[in-house]
Amino acid sequence: MSTATATRRTGGEADADAPAPRRKLTPLRLLLHGFLIAVSLIWLFPIAWAVLTSLRSYEYTAANGYVSFGGWTFDNYVTAWRTAEFGQHFLNSVYITVPAVLLTLFLASCVAFVIARFSWKLNLILLGVFTAANLLPQQALLIPLFRLYTEVPLPEFMSDSELLYDSYWGLILINVAFQCGFCVFVLSNYMKALPRDLYEAAMVDGASVWRQYWQVTMPLCRPALAALATLEVTWIYNEFFWATVLMRTGDKFPVTSSLNNLRGQFFTDNNLVSAGSVLVAIPTLVIFFMLQRHFVRGLTLGASKG
Amino acid sequence: MSDLPLIQADRAVPPPATPTTGGRRRRLRLLSRTDRVVITLMVLVPLLLVTAFVWLPAAATVVLSGTDWDGIGPLNEIDFVGARNYSDVVNIYPPFVPAVQNNLLWLAVLFLVATPFGMFLAVLLDKELRGSRFYQTALYLPVVLSLALIGFVWQLLYSRDQGLINAVFGSSIDWYGDSNVNIWAVMVASGWRHVGYIMLLYLAGLKGVDPSLREAAAVDGASESRTFFRVVFPVLRPINVIVLVVTVIESLRAFDLVWVVNKGRNGLELISALVTQNVVGEASRIGFGSALATIMLVVSLVFITIYLATVMRENRQ
Repeated sequence: MSTATATRRTGGEADADAPAPRRKLTPLRLLLHGFLIAVSLIWLFPIAWAVLTSLRSYEYTAANGYVSFGGWTFDNYVTAWRTAEFGQHFLNSVYITVPAVLLTLFLASCVAFVIARFSWKLNLILLGVFTAANLLPQQALLIPLFRLYTEVPLPEFMSDSELLYDSYWGLILINVAFQCGFCVFVLSNYMKALPRDLYEAAMVDGASVWRQYWQVTMPLCRPALAALATLEVTWIYNEFFWATVLMRTGDKFPVTSSLNNLRGQFFTDNNLVSAGSVLVAIPTLVIFFMLQRHFVRGLTLGASKG
Repeated sequence: MSDLPLIQADRAVPPPATPTTGGRRRRLRLLSRTDRVVITLMVLVPLLLVTAFVWLPAAATVVLSGTDWDGIGPLNEIDFVGARNYSDVVNIYPPFVPAVQNNLLWLAVLFLVATPFGMFLAVLLDKELRGSRFYQTALYLPVVLSLALIGFVWQLLYSRDQGLINAVFGSSIDWYGDSNVNIWAVMVASGWRHVGYIMLLYLAGLKGVDPSLREAAAVDGASESRTFFRVVFPVLRPINVIVLVVTVIESLRAFDLVWVVNKGRNGLELISALVTQNVVGEASRIGFGSALATIMLVVSLVFITIYLATVMRENRQ
């Protein structure tokens, strides 16, 4: 029942405005719409402005000012892509984000399964340890972690820095460790809501714990996993701090942290800055518009009652 | 990443009613040895990872804050200096007081302006208006952007020579550079994102309120605002606590935005930026930076505890 209810709920939420019964437009309601439209437009404006600026040539805006109309071009994107080596940085983001998300979901689902499947007293502590870890300020861990990263050697085929510092491995590990807590919490709640008879039946059939996890629980958790995957991809892609402090080589920075290095190169040209910003935003915006339902559901997973 | 999600019990479904049969002892006997090894591994591997990369460093930060380690010398030459680092932080470190002020200001603005505004929008959007989907999308679009990127997007409005604000108003203020105004400029950008985020969390909470409560209030002739403040708001207590804690922790963790603007200097001091400057900057003062980090850790742990207590209580119900 659980999954069905949960899915139907989000489905209903997604098209909430479609079947809404026609109400009379009272002046008060009109005012409400006016207010909401105004706020929405103000909220969209900075993004729209970035897109607009990115499509205009620097010469035109320098001559006519930004409050003008014309000078349309696509060159900023070409220049920004080339000077900032976005291709390489996007690839770096992929190298870090994809393994980190998969590993986070796998490890978190293992812990969550044990917490949900068995009712041991330690489970509550375990849940607390994981959840709290996700909420700590990153800077509070920075000093020992920085030192640790510069001490732990890696073989050369894993990283040319031969250290955990300045390697993709290091970034993947810290992202996984940090993000696990949130996923453990969401998944364990989700799994607790699954009917327990499933396990009774599986045990009668002689299924091992691993098979109960992999073949009974995990397939039922697909909606939660999809929501978490969407969210975690966005977060790890957007992650700025760890890459800023635990990376050194400019070529190896993921996109979000490479922004900081762009400052100097783009400093005098706002049109280039905006083209670069739009390029960086595109992956998250695509994910957001394609998987909006999962995104919203991930953030609010379980917040809606009955 | 700088998001604090709404972590809450999945109340879409009632908790399993079936009591666990047998209890712990019988259950353990039902498990084969392989099962026990598998379970141990399933817990131990992630636990080791989190312990090694999060909890041990956190503990080490607290220990280091009591030492004079310079970050280079061998660990056995560390001397404990008691609370000296803390007194140094407070007494002879000029950026500390502005940083605390800025963090508090950040919290005040998010808490008094952005959070209530987000909640207000959620209440409006909960009315099942036509076009509600458009409004929601517009409002939480900024939430998918990283704060670092938001710093760049707002630069297009704030820049002194090329920014829109100065172009429209004919002013020549360097919004990111002038130490009198830059903290406000940065907070507007951060609030822009925070509003959508809180709206999203609160809207989800509102959707979970039992409709019969509102109907009952309507039958009793309560006005809409009265219904909200007297009936709905108290029912949403857990969400209110979570939104409060989210706001506090977000303002404590604020970092990305000021770091891309000017690495947290010249009016944009924040504790998180000071810690980072002391570690990766030219002067690495480990004990000193650790003392700053420990302050952050203690404040956050207080609120994390409140958060966990709320969330777990919800969970058990």
